Formats: sequence, C-alpha cells, structure tokens
Amino acid sequence: MTRANLVLLRKLVLVVFGMFLFGFALVPLYDTFCEITGINGRIIVKAEDSDADKVVSDRRVKIQFLVKTDAKNEFDFKSNQKFIEVKIGELSEVSFEVKNKTSSLQLAQAVPSVSPGTASLYLNKTECFCFSQQILQANETVVYPMRFFIDEDLPEDISLLTLSYTLYQAQSVQASYSKSELDKGAS
Amino acid sequence: MTTLTENPNVAATADTHHGPAKGLKRWLYTTNHKDIGSLYLWFAFIMFLIGGAMAMVIRAELFQPGLQIVDPHFFNQMTTVHGLIMVFGAVMPAFTGLANWMIPMMIGAPDMALPRMNNFSFWILPFAFLILIMTLFMEGGGPAFGWTFYAPLSTTYSSDTTALFVFSVHIMGISSIMGAINVIVTIWNMRAPGMTWMKMPLFVWTWFITAFLLIAVMPVLAGAVTMVLTDKFFGTSFFDAAGGGDPVMFQHIFWFFGHPEVYIMILPAFGVISAIVPTFARKPLFGYASMVYATASIALLSFVVWAHHMFTTGMPLFGELFFMYCTMLISVPTGVKVFNWVATLWRGSISFEVPMLFALAFIVLFTIGGFSGLMLAITPVDFQYHDTYFVVAHFHYVLVTGAVFSIIAAAYYWLPKWTGVMYDVTLAKAHFWCSLISVNLLFFPMHFVGLAGMPRRIPDYSLQFADFNQWISIGGFAFGLSQLIFLALLIKACRKQGKPVDAKVWDGAEGLEWEVASPAPYHTFSTPPKIK
Repeated sequence: MTRANLVLLRKLVLVVFGMFLFGFALVPLYDTFCEITGINGRIIVKAEDSDADKVVSDRRVKIQFLVKTDAKNEFDFKSNQKFIEVKIGELSEVSFEVKNKTSSLQLAQAVPSVSPGTASLYLNKTECFCFSQQILQANETVVYPMRFFIDEDLPEDISLLTLSYTLYQAQSVQASYSKSELDKGAS
Repeated sequence: MTTLTENPNVAATADTHHGPAKGLKRWLYTTNHKDIGSLYLWFAFIMFLIGGAMAMVIRAELFQPGLQIVDPHFFNQMTTVHGLIMVFGAVMPAFTGLANWMIPMMIGAPDMALPRMNNFSFWILPFAFLILIMTLFMEGGGPAFGWTFYAPLSTTYSSDTTALFVFSVHIMGISSIMGAINVIVTIWNMRAPGMTWMKMPLFVWTWFITAFLLIAVMPVLAGAVTMVLTDKFFGTSFFDAAGGGDPVMFQHIFWFFGHPEVYIMILPAFGVISAIVPTFARKPLFGYASMVYATASIALLSFVVWAHHMFTTGMPLFGELFFMYCTMLISVPTGVKVFNWVATLWRGSISFEVPMLFALAFIVLFTIGGFSGLMLAITPVDFQYHDTYFVVAHFHYVLVTGAVFSIIAAAYYWLPKWTGVMYDVTLAKAHFWCSLISVNLLFFPMHFVGLAGMPRRIPDYSLQFADFNQWISIGGFAFGLSQLIFLALLIKACRKQGKPVDAKVWDGAEGLEWEVASPAPYHTFSTPPKIK
C-alpha cells in the first residue's frame, strides 16, 4: 500500500468513527434541542420556584387532562378533573389518583407531554408527581396533587392546552432515567 | 454458483503468465477488481431474485382481499425482509460491483487502491444475508417491523431474533463502508496522469460523491441499530418514554441515515444514464459541469430533508415548512439532470440498442417517481398520502424503474466488455418490453389505491381495492418472471455464447474502458494510459 493511500485511509476511517459517535451524540442534541424549543411537547421535568414573579392577567386558557397507563396494566390511573379553565399566571391545583392493582410494591413513573408542543415551554409546575418515581404499596391508592401556572408569555393563538400523562411501571427505569433529571425533580 | 463457469480473462495478453488461480480459491482469495466486481454483481442478482420471491409472496397474499396464503405475522416478515434484501443486498451491492469493475478502467488505474480490503468487504456480505434469512426459520420469526425498524416495534414488540437482525445490519454496514472507502481512495490517488477531476466520467463522479454519503451515514445506521439492541436486551432507554427516552427520536436518527441512503441508491444510477445516453445519441453529454454540481448539491441537500418522512409525527409548523421547502429544493438539481439528458438527446443520432431502451425508460419513469415525490413533499397533502400505497408507488418508481433499471441498463451496456461476446439481443429486447409493461402494471395502479386510502404493510384490504390489487399482482408476477429472461441471457453470455465484439463495442462510446480489449484482460492499465 502506498503512503498516500494509507494517509487517506486513516482519515476516512476517522470520519467513519466520528460519524458513529455523532449518531450517539444526536441523543443529547435531540434532548437539548427539544428542551430549548419545546418542539415535541416534552416538558421540562423540574419544579419552578413558586415565588417567582407571576403576572396574573384576565386572559383565560382551557386545560384538558388526559391520562393513560402502559400496556402492563398494573395501575388504575385517573385524573380528578377533565377540564379546567385558568387565568394566566394564576397558581392552580389539580389532582390525580393512582391505584396499585397488584399485591406487591410497585414503582411508578409518570411521563408528561403537552400539546401543542410549543406550549410546553409556558406550563410551569411547582409540584408534580411526575418529578420523581412514586412508590405504591400493594393495593394502595394515592392521590397526587399537581400545582402549576401558565406563563404570561404564552402565545396569543393558544387557548387550549392538553396535558397528558402516561404512567409506566418503573423497575429497571431508575438506572436509566437520566440521573440529573431525577435530582432536579427531587429538589 | 454460476460465477464459477464464468472465466472472462484467460485472454492472450502479456499478463497470462500470472493470471487467475483455478477453481474455488480464485474467488475466495481474489484481490482483482474485475473478479470482485463479478462476485458483487452475481451476489446482487441472486439477492434480487430472493427478495423478488418475497415480493411474490406479498403479491400472492394481496391478490384477493382477506387472509388466504400466509398469516399476518409472516406477511410482515416478508415486507420487512424484502425491503432489507432489496436495499442492502441487491441495489447497493450491484452498484458496488459496477464500481469495482468500471472505476479502475474508467480512470486508467490498474486495480482498486485497497485490494485486500476489497476482498474482505465482499466476502462478509453473504454471511450478513445468511444470518438475516436464517432468522425467518427461527422461533419467533425474522424481523417483522418494516425495513425502517421503528422503535418500539423493533424493541418492545419484536422477537429475540432482533439481535441477529442487528448483527447482520452491522455486517452490511461495515461491508459498504469498506467498499466506499476503497472507491474514494482509488479515485483520489489512482487516476492516470492527465485524468483531472473535471475529465472524470460522470459514473466515477457520482460514485465518488455516493461514497462520501456512505461513510457519512452508514455509521449513523450502525449507531441506530446498536441503540435498538441495547434498548431491547440491555435495559437502556434511548427510545423508551418510560425511561426518559423518546420513540420519535428513533425516527429522526433513522431518517438522518435513511434519506441520504436513498440518494446512495440513485446517484450512481445518474452516472450510468449519463454514460449511456451520449453513446447512443452520438453526442457528448450536455452540461457536464452542471451535472457534477447538481450531483454534489443533491448530496448536500440530502442531509437536511430527513424529517419529510415524519410529517405526521406532530412537528411544529416551522419544522414542517423547513423540511417541505428543502425537499422541494432537491427537485432543482434533479431537474437539471433530467434536462441535460433530454438536451443530450436533442438532435442526436439516436439508435435504440437495449441499454438505451432501459436508459430512456429510466428517464421517463424515474421522472414520474420524482413527481410523486414532489407531491409527497407537500406537507398538508402528505397527511393524506402518509403510509398509503401512494408512498409504495413513489419509492418503487424511483428504486425499481430508477435504480434497478439503471443497473440493468449498465449490465447491457458493459456486459460485452466483460464477457467479450454480444449477448442475445432478441432475449434482451424481450426482457425490456416484458419488464417495461409489467412494471407499470405493477406500480402505476398503486398510485390510485394509495390516494383512495389503502394503507401499506397490511395483509388485507377493503373490497373496493380488489380489482386494482388483482392487476397489481398480475403485473408483479409478470415482472418477476421477466427477470428470469435476464437470468437466462446472463448465463448464455457468461458461457460466451454470442458473437465476439471489438474493443469499442458501441460506435458512439467514449472513455478509457473502450480502449482495452474485449473481454477486458485480467490486468488492465498496468502502465497508465495517455489521456488526451
């Protein structure tokens, strides 16, 4: 093999390895991009400071709550409100009820999603059971409060928000759920 | 294997004394670009027939509404493995085979730059497909989640043979990455003196650009299948919402590979057509430089359009507009190409030899596929077309009457150079007309059933689609049978049944490959040729 071929071969192999790593780098890039732009409705899983300056205005938006569970059918999960109407900036509280249908201890993780996706940037939660995994004793029913307010910067064209929670049975999830997000949730 | 009967090279040249080894070892140990090219081409053809047989199963099941021949799970395996085999086993290896045979001869190089790697990159390929096809006979069946292996279908809901699917895709990826590296190094370092960049034949240019696309995106595919593997078997949550992942992210990563991949399968086809049309129009190619720039712009644009495969996932308006406009932008350089081919034909002394027939069919039918692609690019209407037979019609027009027709055209164009004899032209014309009519009967009505709402990848359909599906199936069987004519013709040609041909097989042909004897001697351009 000539020297020129070897030099070029090395460079191209480097490109290949670089692109393999880039494939994995897309994962954090995707998360960051979605978090900044709110594109896919994955809301930031952390508590807002409830003492933040909130401007309460007369503008009202409707909020719809949807709940579902994963296919494993370990939990009954329901929302105690289907719809509420809130003033922008006003702190509101709703509640959700989870029943562990099994006769063993279960870990549950709720994953929120907002539609339209861009609205997720303006839905600020001060308290949510989705911030961390919840422990449910055998056959236990727990009512979880959720407090939130809508940021005043919510775009004018949005008058209806849908907040959907999917409740998953969490076992191996603890290990893989991004640690920083769990820490943020715990604080 | 039929390959063994083919021995195109014991010609009386100065190199006879160190010609090829005899028997099976010749093919196992060969580092000769022509041998490896033949191996790739035969392998691709065998895979084309196997993948085609799976398409026959699909069309047999869809001949009538209702479930009659196979159960839905097996149907899903057929659509999946048909797609994987045709993409990675037929079209890509066929183009690599053409590259191996033709690029060194076109640029005046004695061989590929990295001949041992060349041998390795071919010989791992049969094992990849052996593994993939084996999974069909295992417990749980083969992959049944579509060739796009969307999570969670390929993670949560797939059978354990997914691990084997992942390994086989890894091997295919490594093989085509090595092939691509070889092409780049050959073209970069081994051009004959005087073969400047802008004197290279367009087939060499298009393959050069394709090879860069390959090394850029095949590693991303390798990453995606690796994530599927770890999600399914090792408890990671790249695509699992319960663990903080996101299944939509799978689609982004996959199509970041997948869209450049479709240009990997069509850019070399553009090169083939750009070689054939001037030969039989007896005019130099119109707009050579614009062809090169158009190819490069298509390649660059292919990296910023991937999300047009995912308009219905719920993107914000800005994203939909961005991907819609970028996708439409690709039709500009593609239009330049089609314009240049037509302008080359304009006032040419056209004759209709078989490669030209396939090339002309390519230009018309590929353009139809391009137009349906433009329709799919329009976001609001894509919500109607998404996941219907309209999409199936679109990508079969660009891949079958596009990529596959160009490969067949290339085979008819260069086969006399490879074997030294003219193939049976009557059979070839029969092959062309049977293929042309049946392929349109096969794919054209798919536009209509798609627009009427028939979903793809489903083994059953509503009654109103029955008539069209019967025609489609008949077209499918006819197209499948037509390819057996091609098989017969190839076997005859490789057994040297036919009239011997001159070095310059076609009177209008230009290029270095026509300056070496026919059949091309085992070693060509051991001393570099003079470039005018």
